[in-house]
Amino acid sequence: MGKWILAVMPLLIAGLCVTAQVKKPAKPTAKPVAASSATIARGKALYRQYCISCHQENGSGVPRMNPPLIKTEYVLGDKTRLIGILLNGFNEDVEINGDYYSNPMPSQAALKDQEIADILSYVRNSFGNKASTVSAAEVTTVREAKK
Amino acid sequence: MPMQTTSKVLLMSVIAMTTITSSVFAGGPDKPGASVVKPDADNAGLKLPAGFGALKVAEGLGRTRHIAVTNNGSIYVKLDRAKNNNGILFLQDTNGDGKVDKQSGFGNYGGTGIYVKGDYLYATSNENIYRYKLDAQQQVTDPANPETVVSGLLDRRQHESKSIVLDDAGNIYVNVGAYSNSCQTQDRTQGSLGMQPCPVLDSAGGIWQFKADKLNQAYGDGVRYATGLRNVVGLDWNKSQNQLFVMQHGRDQLHDLFPSLYTEKQSADLPAECMYALKQGSDCGWPYIYYDPFTNRKMLAPEYGGDGKKTGGETAENPVVAFPAHMAPNGLLFYTGTQFPEKYRNGAFIAFHGSWNRSPENQAGYYVVFVPFKDGKPSGKWEVFADGFAGPGPVKSPGDAQHRPCGLAQGPDGSLYVTDDAKGTVYRIVYKAK
Repeated sequence: MGKWILAVMPLLIAGLCVTAQVKKPAKPTAKPVAASSATIARGKALYRQYCISCHQENGSGVPRMNPPLIKTEYVLGDKTRLIGILLNGFNEDVEINGDYYSNPMPSQAALKDQEIADILSYVRNSFGNKASTVSAAEVTTVREAKK
Repeated sequence: MPMQTTSKVLLMSVIAMTTITSSVFAGGPDKPGASVVKPDADNAGLKLPAGFGALKVAEGLGRTRHIAVTNNGSIYVKLDRAKNNNGILFLQDTNGDGKVDKQSGFGNYGGTGIYVKGDYLYATSNENIYRYKLDAQQQVTDPANPETVVSGLLDRRQHESKSIVLDDAGNIYVNVGAYSNSCQTQDRTQGSLGMQPCPVLDSAGGIWQFKADKLNQAYGDGVRYATGLRNVVGLDWNKSQNQLFVMQHGRDQLHDLFPSLYTEKQSADLPAECMYALKQGSDCGWPYIYYDPFTNRKMLAPEYGGDGKKTGGETAENPVVAFPAHMAPNGLLFYTGTQFPEKYRNGAFIAFHGSWNRSPENQAGYYVVFVPFKDGKPSGKWEVFADGFAGPGPVKSPGDAQHRPCGLAQGPDGSLYVTDDAKGTVYRIVYKAK
């Protein structure tokens, strides 16, 4: 049995490489990408249109109601989760930097992938935040996985 | 956790209390005239009408929501989230200088509502109403073992707080806020239309009435006393009218949700925050209508075919007072004391927590207002009574506000108490002019 595995191992490895290669175009860029000023400008305009009421101009949110976007794990951490919150909305009783927030976040799935990417790139690089940008392809990947 | 009081401390406090009662409230509670408590040099940072002063009786308590003051001037305050397992704080001033110098806590649950009536202290979590037996000094006798009056009230996070008040006929009234902004099929989602009929109203979006002395009640034991109220935090029983008055938090985000019908400016200014005088069966119209304070009309909500011009809700209650939009009235108190001048008697104080959805304009509210009443109706325009809670600068975002008014209570000497749930301050406003 051990011999059998050894025999097929090269095939398995080859197979994984092929899969990885096929998937490569959609794969998120691993390295942090500095946000271009154009991305930030687009993201800021969209943020003002879709996010500002609840999360406020300075990203501070509203105590007890709408969570802040300033240096929180939800904003700076896993991008897939963050993209998912915009696509699916969010209505859970979770603690964010020691507090709880009661208002539901509506889904923003009606926005284009590029718009969501711009908003998140802006948010991850504003209000004192510094993190990698989000690409439209990353949003597409999360949206596809949701289907 | 039980109140930590050794018998020695207890004895001392009883002696101290007796001294306070006879010194601070010389002449007894509710006697006309100036307060003997000394205001802070800066009036606790508040701007007040001439002749009034204020002091901070305590600070840094946590998220102090509603407040009740006992017949000897001690304070119960409800915390939004329990702190060190204490969701209710009991605050005492044992030396009569007006400042809290003794504090204990109990009730391991967060919440908003608290009220003293007869031999009981009533307090709420976001789902239940509890009561605690009081002794002759209105101190809780068994803080670790409250009785459950009502359980299982709806808490779906949004508009979750439960405010309470009792009438003089053995009933308790509780707000069950709507778990929705405007009953859209998809809550707070642009263009989503309203559900018809709005299913939220079956179990929320109204005031429920229960028996104050019956334990372990559920929805089925109560009466939906009034409906069509999106969310009420401030409410009070008006003793001169023998009637329940409430303050509604009006709907949010007209522009965000229907940008083709409402500008940002209109969205910042609409709808009114309304005071309603309720009777059993009152329908205040949410979610089908909102109130426009500029034209004084009930407008059909855009979720239900409204366009900013169509009116609606012909059978819905009209507000008693319409205030500017989004200011979030969290406390209502009809003043029955005699310490303040005659004009304040039987009038309404309202604590506005302050707005959040007026962006990109500056936020508004963050003050306590007064409405004079005569024969149960407003007898003049509302005016700002206490301002300056938020601090010197304009408030762009609620987080900029240093303090946010929330709960109101009247002391036995006629002082007005105001809580702040941002920094946990309890203010006491007194009339000092001779």
